[in-house]
Amino acid sequence: MTSKAVFSTIRRSLTKPRGGAVSRGHHLSTSAATASESYASDEHAILMKGVRISGRPLYLDMQSTTPLDPRVFDAMNASSIYDYGNPHSRTHLYGWEAENAVEVARIQVAKLIGASSKEIVFLSGATEANNTVVKGVMHFYKDKKRHVITTQTEHKCVLDSCRHLQQEGFEVTYLPVKTDGLVDLEMLRESIRPDTGLVSVMAVNNEIGVVQPMEEIGRICKEHKIPFHTDAAQAIGKIPVDVEKWNVSFMSMSGHKIYGPKGVGAMYVRRRPRVRLEPLMNGGGQERGLRSGTLATQQVVGFGVACELAMKEMEYDEKWIKRLQERLLNGVREKLDGVVVNGSLESRYAGNLNLSFAYVEGESLLMGLKEVAVSSGSACTSASLEPSYVLRALGVDEDMAHTSIRFGIGRFTTEEEIDKAVELTVKQVEKLREMSPLYEMVKDGIDIKNIQWSQH
Amino acid sequence: MMLRQAAKNALGLTSRQSTPWSVGIFRSYHENVIDHYDNPRNVGSFDKNDPSIGTGLVGAPACGDVMKLQIKVDEKTGQIVDARFKTFGCGSAIASSSVATEWVKGKAMEEVLTIKNTEIAKHLSLPPVKLHCSMLAEDAIKAAVKDYKEKRAKTNGAGETSQA
Repeated sequence: MTSKAVFSTIRRSLTKPRGGAVSRGHHLSTSAATASESYASDEHAILMKGVRISGRPLYLDMQSTTPLDPRVFDAMNASSIYDYGNPHSRTHLYGWEAENAVEVARIQVAKLIGASSKEIVFLSGATEANNTVVKGVMHFYKDKKRHVITTQTEHKCVLDSCRHLQQEGFEVTYLPVKTDGLVDLEMLRESIRPDTGLVSVMAVNNEIGVVQPMEEIGRICKEHKIPFHTDAAQAIGKIPVDVEKWNVSFMSMSGHKIYGPKGVGAMYVRRRPRVRLEPLMNGGGQERGLRSGTLATQQVVGFGVACELAMKEMEYDEKWIKRLQERLLNGVREKLDGVVVNGSLESRYAGNLNLSFAYVEGESLLMGLKEVAVSSGSACTSASLEPSYVLRALGVDEDMAHTSIRFGIGRFTTEEEIDKAVELTVKQVEKLREMSPLYEMVKDGIDIKNIQWSQH
Repeated sequence: MMLRQAAKNALGLTSRQSTPWSVGIFRSYHENVIDHYDNPRNVGSFDKNDPSIGTGLVGAPACGDVMKLQIKVDEKTGQIVDARFKTFGCGSAIASSSVATEWVKGKAMEEVLTIKNTEIAKHLSLPPVKLHCSMLAEDAIKAAVKDYKEKRAKTNGAGETSQA
C-alpha cells in the first residue's frame, strides 16, 4: 500500500518539470537548439549567484565529471532496490546475490583494461586509489626504497600524497614535461636510482588531455624492475588501455569520468609479478585485505556497466568526439586569431580541448560564457590566485597562463551544442579583446614582452 | 503517508538544490560586478599624445591584471571631464576599473587622489581574494593623474616663452 505511494511519487517527480527551469525529462543534452528562442522569455530564466541565464547552460566540462548514462542508471536502480544484501555476508542468499553482482562488475572492469578480475579492488574513487598506491607501496617497502618519481603535471591527489611522503622523509623527483606536455623519457631514465620504489605517471592529463607514451615508460620501468603506477581516471573507456602492453603494476580508475556514478572507483593491483602494498583502510580484510569496508553494491554495479558500455562504444565515441573537436577548433579558428592549443595536438585525447585566447583573461571569459559550462584549467586548482600549475609546467608564457579555457566533449555532446559554444566563445572573446589594453598595444605594433611592467 | 513524505524529501521535491556554476575562483559575483561586466561604462581610448589626456598603465600580465585608465582634464579648471579604461583581468578587475572611470568624472584631480580602494571594494562587495583588483584601480587613477601632471610640467617648461 505504502510502496504504491512511493512509486507514484517517484513517477510524478520524473515527469513533472521543476519550477523555473526548462524541463529536462526528455533529453540529456542541454537546451541548445531552443536557447535562442527562449532568450527573450523570462519564465525560463534562472537567477543564481547573481547570474541570470535563460535555460540551462551547455555542458562542456566532461573532464570534471560526466552525466550518468541512462543504461547505467537502469542497472543501478534495479540493483539498489534488489541487491540490498551485504556482499560480504557469507551465510545467506541476500549476501550471495549481492556478491554475485559485485563479481560481475569486477569482470566488466577487468575486461576493459585487459586484466584478470582477481586483480581489481573497488574503492571510493581515483583519489582514494592514488592515495592508497602512492602511500601504501612506499610504506610497505620503506626500509629498502626511499625514492618516488612522478611528473609535475599529475593530479593534485598524487602530488599531495608525494608531498606527504616527503614530510615523512622520502625523496620525490617531480619530472618536468616538454612544451607539448609529454614526459621526456631520457630524463626519466636518468632520475631512476637504486632505491626508487615507484614511478607514477598519469595516462591522460585531466587539464590538457595529452596522452603520455605509456608503453615506453612501462618498458623503462620493467628494465629497472620498478613498479609503475598510472592514474588512468581520464583514460579508461576513452583510449585503449592494456595493463600488459603498458606493463603497469597499479592503475587508478574512476567511475564518474566514464558516465558512471560518483563515489566509486577501482584500483588494479598486479598479481604476477606480485607487488605488495599497505592498505589505507584497515578492517575486516575485504577486497584482498587491500581495502576493508562494505562495498556499495549499486555503485559498483553501475561502474561495471559503465565500463562494459565504454568497451563496446569506445570506437564510435572516439569518432564522434574527434569530429566534434575538429568542428569546435575550426569554428573558433575561423573567426579568431591568437588561439593556442595547450599541449600536443597529436598525442591527445580528442575530448579535451584546452585553448588559450591571447590577450583575454580566463576568468573574465568564463564570466561571459555563463551559458556554457566550461572550466578554466582544472577544478581542483581553482581556489588559488595562481595560474594552473599544469600550464606553468608546460612552460607557457606568463601572460598566456591566465588565459586558458578547457572544453570537454563527451558521448552525449551534440553538434548544435558545439556550434552554439563556438558562437558564444567568439562573441565573448571579441568583446573582451575590445576591452583589453594588451590587444590594443599589439594592434598598435608594440611588443608586449619588452614593456617594463610595474608590479605590486 | 510518512513514507510518501520521506520519498518526497529523498527525491528533493521539497526544496530544489542545483549545482553551482563553474564561475571560477570564488563563489559568487555581486550583481554590481556583473552589471559592470555586461554593460561596461567608458570602455575605450583617448589619444595618448593629446596634452589634456593623462594615461595610467598599471599591473602586469604575469599577475593576470593590467589596467589602463585615461582621464581627460579641462586645462583651465583642472577638472576631469571624461575618462576611459581598458582592462585585461578578471570580472572584478574589469568592474573595479569601470567604477573608477565613473567616479573620477566631474571631479577635481586632487579629489580623485583621495578615492580609496576600500570604497571601490565595498561598492562591489569584493571578497578578500579580489581586493587586489580594487588596489590596482586606485593605483591606475593615481598613475593617470601623475602622468597628466608630468605632461603639463613638460609642456609648461617647453612653452614658457610662447605662453600668453
